[in-house]
Amino acid sequence: MTTHPSVHISSLHYAYPDGNKALNGVSLTIGKSERVALLGPNGAGKTTLVMHLNGILSPTSGSINIAEFTLDGSNKEITKKVREKVGIVFQDPDDQLFMPTVFEDVAFGPTNMGLTASEIESRSVKALEMVGMLALKERAPHHLSFGQRRRVAVATVLAMEPEILILDEPSSNLDPASRRELSEILLALDVTILMVTHDLPYAFEICERSLILNQGAIVADDTTVKILRNEKLLADNRLELPKGFAI
Amino acid sequence: MEERKINNQTTLETQSKHEHTHGHSAGERLYIHRHSPIHELPGHIKLIAFFTFIVIAVLTPIQQWHSFVGYFLIIFLALGISKLPLLTLAKRATIEFPFIIFALLMPFTAGGESFDIGPVSLSREGSIAGLNLVTKATLGVFCSMILAGSTTAHSLLAGFVRIKTPSLFVQIAAFMIRYLNVINDQMARMKVARESRGFQAEGIRSWPIFTSTLGALFIRSYERGERVHLAMLARGYAGTLSSLSVEKVQAKHWRLGLCFPLMAAISYAVGKVFFS
Repeated sequence: MTTHPSVHISSLHYAYPDGNKALNGVSLTIGKSERVALLGPNGAGKTTLVMHLNGILSPTSGSINIAEFTLDGSNKEITKKVREKVGIVFQDPDDQLFMPTVFEDVAFGPTNMGLTASEIESRSVKALEMVGMLALKERAPHHLSFGQRRRVAVATVLAMEPEILILDEPSSNLDPASRRELSEILLALDVTILMVTHDLPYAFEICERSLILNQGAIVADDTTVKILRNEKLLADNRLELPKGFAI
Repeated sequence: MEERKINNQTTLETQSKHEHTHGHSAGERLYIHRHSPIHELPGHIKLIAFFTFIVIAVLTPIQQWHSFVGYFLIIFLALGISKLPLLTLAKRATIEFPFIIFALLMPFTAGGESFDIGPVSLSREGSIAGLNLVTKATLGVFCSMILAGSTTAHSLLAGFVRIKTPSLFVQIAAFMIRYLNVINDQMARMKVARESRGFQAEGIRSWPIFTSTLGALFIRSYERGERVHLAMLARGYAGTLSSLSVEKVQAKHWRLGLCFPLMAAISYAVGKVFFS
């Protein structure tokens, strides 16, 4: 059996229905268990790209392979399989957590996968344990702190045991301790990670490789260290390390 | 609002310890935590019991008044067992006032045969209809207060799922409960932001500001709805919310739950005997 890369995209173009071109020929490959940061200024097309990776948006042209599957907007079966492979943690945990209790929210994904009750239970418990939220499983989401909600949002996706974990601005709005705790959780996982962020030190901490997306195209693809040391490249793409920070 | 914020804070401080969580922290507005057999009843049994009770009571003609004495005794028994604080319930019961006022008007406005009490002449039909309305409404209000006070929103939802309510209704209710708080907080933040820029609500001239706030809130909620839906799709949502957990049911729950409609039926039968 050949092993497929987790993500393989070739010359992906996408225009919104209003004609606004968001992606102009993106090609990239992410190997299994790689951790990659997707950097880029606001409006670069990062979220649009992410939305393609689990078939929520379908490309205008180009192709997307997720593990052994080729995404095809008209094939519901494949879309379902891909959504089990790709877990997305959205930026606002309130968008992601909607069930009455933490536990039920974590069980939502596995239930949709049609697993048995005992399997759903064990996966949910395991996922909550990984993010250290098992003790609060009966809580309502709106009674958790923001950092805790973000961790639960990660658990809701981990419970589906995805091959690829995509995080949209995972460090935003977190206090330093929550930020560190989340990075410890992420580093302990054995999954492919694609992290969309503006937080360059965080990208450095978690991802060995970085991509810069600007105006719908990949303008840089290298090790995170090399990219963060290239001041001109960063400046050209409206990215900056925090003052006094050097790698 | 203030009070809730403080509550939030205290729960956050204590949450690292293990705690027993059956509604203390679930963000409930009506639920009052007590340890009583009524609180322990699973949601669907309570729903069935209260619904049957109310149907029996509503179908009883008001002239069969012995039955209503029985119904009230049953309700007081349930209240006693539930250990709910009477004063709080009494305050909540004020929701019935508009009905009472309406019922009080009925003897004056209805036509038909009339009778005199002192100088005023009252309609017999109107009086009976008014009495009918007040009695049954009061029973209904008591039932819903006991139900709301002793059942968490979550248990109610699970109950509705259990009695095979169409999934769409349960989902709408679940989302409403979940996002009421989010939208409330958002509204509060918008209010703070408005006031921080020197806005003060003064009479009719501030109404356009309120309407545009409401408009913005609507758009934001709509957009949030879209994002939530996306996030659900991303986790494989296909139309059902079957992961609402189900409560464990024991035979004693059914025995206690069915006891109330059964007593109501007996009360109905006894009243019928006296009436005829």
